[in-house]
Amino acid sequence: MNKQTEIIGKGTDQQVVIFYYLLVSIGLIAIFSVEYRFDDPFWETLIGLKKNYSKQLLYLLISTVFAAVILLIDSKFFAASANLLYFLGMVLMLLTFVIGKDISGSRSWIVLGGGFNLQPAELCKVFTSLALAKYMSRQDTDFTKTRSHVIAIALALFPALLSIAQKETGLALVYFSFFLVLFREGLPANYLITGFSVAVLFVTSIVMPLQYYNILIGIVALIIVYFRWRSIRKKYTRLLGILLLAGFCIGIKYFVDYIVFDKILKPYQSERVLSMFGKSYVPKDEARLALFQKEQAEGKKRDYSYNVKQSKIAIGSGGLLGKGFLKGVTTQGDFVPEQHTDFIFTAVAESFGFWGSTLLILLYFFLLLRIIRIGERQRSTFSRVYAYSVASILFFHVFINIYMTIGLMPVIGITLPLLSYGGSSLLTFTTLIFILLRLDLDRQTVLR
Amino acid sequence: MAVFNQSRNITIQFIFAIVFIILLLRLIFLQLLSDKYEKLATDQAILRKVVYPGRGIIFDRDGKPILQNVSMYDLMVTPAQVKGTDTFTLCRILGIDTAEFKKRIITAIIKNSRNRPSVFEPLLTPEKYAKVNENLFRFQPAFFLQERPVRSYPFKSAAQVLGYVGEVDSSMLKKSNFFYQMGDYAGRSGLENYYEKILMGQRGIQYILRDNFNRPIGPYEQGAFDTPSVAGRHLHTYIDIEVQELAEKLLSNKVGSVVAIEPQTGGIIAMASSPGYDPNELTGPESRKNFNRLFVNPALPMLNRGMQGVYPPGSTFKPLGALVALDEGLINPQFGYNCFGRYGPCGKPACTHSNAGHAANVKLSIANSCNSYYAHVFRMALDNPAYRNIELGLMQWKNYMTGFGLGHRLGIDLPGEYAGYIPDTARYNRVFRKGGWNSCTIASLGIGQGEIQATPLQMANTACLIANRGWYYIPHFVKSIERESASDTILHKFRKKIKPLHIHDSTYQAVIDGMEMVVTNGTARNAAIEGIAVCAKTGTVENYFRGKKQQNHSFFVAFAPKEKPKIAICVVVENAGFGSTWAAPIASLLMEKFLTDSIAGDRRKAEVERISKVSLIPARIRQELHVRDSINRVKDSLQQIKNLQLQKRNLSLLKRQ
Repeated sequence: MNKQTEIIGKGTDQQVVIFYYLLVSIGLIAIFSVEYRFDDPFWETLIGLKKNYSKQLLYLLISTVFAAVILLIDSKFFAASANLLYFLGMVLMLLTFVIGKDISGSRSWIVLGGGFNLQPAELCKVFTSLALAKYMSRQDTDFTKTRSHVIAIALALFPALLSIAQKETGLALVYFSFFLVLFREGLPANYLITGFSVAVLFVTSIVMPLQYYNILIGIVALIIVYFRWRSIRKKYTRLLGILLLAGFCIGIKYFVDYIVFDKILKPYQSERVLSMFGKSYVPKDEARLALFQKEQAEGKKRDYSYNVKQSKIAIGSGGLLGKGFLKGVTTQGDFVPEQHTDFIFTAVAESFGFWGSTLLILLYFFLLLRIIRIGERQRSTFSRVYAYSVASILFFHVFINIYMTIGLMPVIGITLPLLSYGGSSLLTFTTLIFILLRLDLDRQTVLR
Repeated sequence: MAVFNQSRNITIQFIFAIVFIILLLRLIFLQLLSDKYEKLATDQAILRKVVYPGRGIIFDRDGKPILQNVSMYDLMVTPAQVKGTDTFTLCRILGIDTAEFKKRIITAIIKNSRNRPSVFEPLLTPEKYAKVNENLFRFQPAFFLQERPVRSYPFKSAAQVLGYVGEVDSSMLKKSNFFYQMGDYAGRSGLENYYEKILMGQRGIQYILRDNFNRPIGPYEQGAFDTPSVAGRHLHTYIDIEVQELAEKLLSNKVGSVVAIEPQTGGIIAMASSPGYDPNELTGPESRKNFNRLFVNPALPMLNRGMQGVYPPGSTFKPLGALVALDEGLINPQFGYNCFGRYGPCGKPACTHSNAGHAANVKLSIANSCNSYYAHVFRMALDNPAYRNIELGLMQWKNYMTGFGLGHRLGIDLPGEYAGYIPDTARYNRVFRKGGWNSCTIASLGIGQGEIQATPLQMANTACLIANRGWYYIPHFVKSIERESASDTILHKFRKKIKPLHIHDSTYQAVIDGMEMVVTNGTARNAAIEGIAVCAKTGTVENYFRGKKQQNHSFFVAFAPKEKPKIAICVVVENAGFGSTWAAPIASLLMEKFLTDSIAGDRRKAEVERISKVSLIPARIRQELHVRDSINRVKDSLQQIKNLQLQKRNLSLLKRQ
C-alpha cells in the first residue's frame, strides 16, 4: 500500500493537481454560497446530502478515488483500449435514443438508479480524445494527406452529430474544439480559416435580413469577379466556381433561417441566440409559428434575455472587491437561474468582485498553459494529442461558459469545468485531467 | 512531426491569451466601469420597509386612556396562490359578488404583483373578522389576516378635541417637505394633529432581502442598516373625561359649546361642542364614508365651537367693562347709575332691559346685569378726558381687551383656533368715515353686543383671569409628555404665566363680589351649588343670521369656588333664549361634577336628564337637516332596491350551483 502511494506521488505533475483542487474548492464554495441561507443548519445539510454543495462534496470524494485509480492503471491500457472505449461511447450515445430519459428537453441521459443519471455525451469527450490520439499516433497515419484529415475530423465530429440529434447543442459545440488539436498536429490552416469564414457567414446571416444579405453576397461576388477578371478570362470555369461559392453563401442563410433555428435548435435556444444580436425570433415553421403565436397571445412568453440580464447584474454589481462571501444579494435572492450549474461564475464574481473573478480566470489560464507544456514534453504523439485534446476541451468550456455569463455569447447549456455543480461534469474533467497526468508519468515511453 | 507544427503551439497559446484578454476587458467594463448593475441589484433584491410604531396614548387627568390603540385586521391576499381557494365562502362572508372579487384581485396584482401580498379588504369589522378567522383554514395560504393598530376612543367623547388620524394628502406631503410618504397616516385635527410629532414616534426602516419572486427571505446584512422604530409618546392631559361626557350629554339636542378651564394652570378640563359625533366613526373600515357624511352635515358636527364658534359675548362681557372703568379711575366700586331699563342719553332709547332701577353700585350692576350702567361706563371710558379724543380712548379700551385675551388667538394646543374680533378705530373710520362716529354710535359695545366677537374659549379664559385676579396661563390640554426632555419645547409657552395688565387686586375683588352676587341674588340664582361660592355672569346675546334676527344665544361665564378657584367655565347654547335658562344650570351642574366628583341630590340629577332631553336645535338648522334627511331617504331606498337585486342574483347563482 505504502509502495503504491509512492508510485502515485512520484513524478505526478503537482502544479496540475494543485490547480485542480483549487478550482474544485472554489466551485464548492461558490455552490455553497448559492444555496446556503443564513439560518440553514450547516452540519445537518452537509451530512444529510440534502443540498447540492454536500452532494458536490461527495462527487469530489468519488472523483478523488477515481483519480487515484486512474493513476494506478498502466498507461498502455489507455492507448490499447482507446478504440474500444470510443466504440462503447458511441453505443451509449445511440442507446440514449432508445432508453434515454428526457431531462429539461434533451434526451441525453441514461438513468443509473439511486438518483444518479449518466450523460454519455460528457464521457464521450474522454473517449473521443483517446480515440483521436490513438488515430493520430498510428504509424500508418500520414497527416499530410486529406484522407487522414477527413477521418480525424469525422472521428471528432461524429459524437457532435449525435449530440445535436439529442438536442444537446452546447455539448456538440465542444467537439469543435478538436480542430485546435488537429491544427497543432498539422491540419492546414485553410481548414481553420474556412471554418472561421463559415462562422462569420453564420453570424452575418443571423444579423442581416435576407434581402440585404443576398445583396451583400452579390456585391462581394462582383468585386471578386472584377479583381479576378484576368484569371477568369483564362479559364471560365473559375467564374462558375465563384458563382457556386456565392450560392453556397446564400444557401447558408436559408440553412440558418429555416433549418438551424427552426429545426435544430429548440425555440428557446433560437430566441436566446437571436436576442443576443438584438433580434426577436419569429418561427418560419408553421407548427412552431402557431404555438409561438398562441403563447404570445396568452402572455406566457418568457423573457429570454432574463438569464443574461440577471447574470450581468450579479457580475457587474460585484465591483472591484465584491460584496463578500454570502452577501451577494442577487445570489441570495435566487435571481440568476441555474446559478449553481451553468452560471456558477456569477456567484464568484458577485461575492468576490473583479479581483476574485480575475484570479479565477488566471487559474484557468495557467492551468491551460501548464497542460500545453505537458503536451509538448511528451515523447509519444498519443500523449501529446491527448494533452492538446484536454487543453482544447477545457478551453472551450471556460471560453463559452464565461462568455455566455457576461453576455458575449448566447446562452448555451455548458458547464464551467470543475466549478459547476454536477457529478457527470466533475467526473469527466477529473478523468480527462488525471489520464493526462498518468500518461505524463510515462512521458519517456512511446505509446501507440 | 514536421518542425513547422512546433510553432503552432505558440499560435494556440496566443488564441487562448486573446480570448482571456477579451474576457478580462469585458469584466473591467462590467465590474469596474459601469455602476448601473450595482443599483439594479440593490433595487431588485433589497426592500426598504417602513415600520410604523404605535401612536402615543392620550390620558385624562385621572390617568384613564381616552385615546388609545386597538388591533384591527386587514385581510391580505397573495394573488398567485388564490387558485383552489374556497372563494365562494369568502365572498359570502365579506358580502361581495364574484365580479367584485375578481376586480379586487386584479387591483392587487396591478398594485403589488402576483407574488406579493396586498390588502384585499382593509380593517375588517369585528363580525367579519370573527367569521373570516373562524374559516381562515379554507382560504389559506392565499389569504391571511394582518394586524394593524387603529385609534380607538373608549369614551366615545371629546371627538373634536382629540381629532382623528387620516391618510396624508398631497398638500400635507409638500408642506412636510416629504417627511411623510404617500399612504402614511397622520393626525388631521385636534390633539392628534397638534402633537403629531410626539404621538407618532419615530418611523423605523427595515431593509429586507427578497428573492426573485419578491418574497422576503430575511433581513439584509442581519439588520445592520436598519433603524428601529420608536414608539409614540403618551400625553397626559387636564381633561376630566367624566366632566367632558357630562358636558356632551347636557349639550345633546342643542347647538352650543362648553369650555372649562382650571384657572391655576390653564389646563382645559372639558371642551365640548354640540352637535358632535362618535370619534370612533373616523377610525376603522367606514371612516372615509363617515367622514364624507359628517363633512356635509349642515349642523357642522366637526366644528369645535369651543374655539371656532365666534359670538358677541353679550352681558358676560360686563365684568370686563367694570374692570376697565375701575382701573382707569373713572368710577369707584360705589359708583351708581340710575337704571331706567333703557339707556337714554344717546337720543333714541337703546339697550332695553326689564326691571329697572338696580344699579346702585358696581356689585349690583353686575348682579342685575344693568345695560344702561355698562353703556354709560363704556362711554365714560371712550370719552375719558385723560385722552385727547375718542380714537385714543377706543385704542386704550382695545388695549385692555387685548390684555384680557380677546381679539386674538390665545394659542391653545389645538389647530384652527379662531381669533374673535375687537373693533378698532380704523374699522369705525371705514364704516362711519373719520369723525363721523362718537361714543354714542358704538355704545352697544359696552354691553358686549355689536362688532365685538369672542370665542367661548376666550370668555372662559377671561373668567380665569378674573378668578386669578389678573393673570392666566394660555389654555391648553396637555399637562405633560411621557419621557419629556429638554428638546420638547412644545409645552413651554403653556407654562409661562401671562399677566398683561396691572390692575389692582381690590379692583378685581369688586368685580368678583359682583359676580358672586349674580348667583346669590342676581340673574343666575339657579346656578348656585350647595356649599360652594360660585361667581358668574349670565348673557343673553342678540344675534342675526343673514340679516335676520334669530332667537337669543344663552351665555354663561362662571368660576368657582370664589377663593382658590378650581374651575372657570363658559357655556353657550345657541338660539336658546336667556342665559339663565339653559347655560347657567348646565355650567352649574358641570362645576359641581368637577368640584365634588358627583351631582348631589335627586333634583339635580333629574335636572341633568331634563336638560339633556330638551331639544333646542335652531329652526334654521332643523330645516337644513330635514332637507338633507329626505334626500338621504330617497338615496337609501334606491340602495335598498339595488341590494335586493343583488340578493336575487346571488340566490339564482346559488341555485345554479
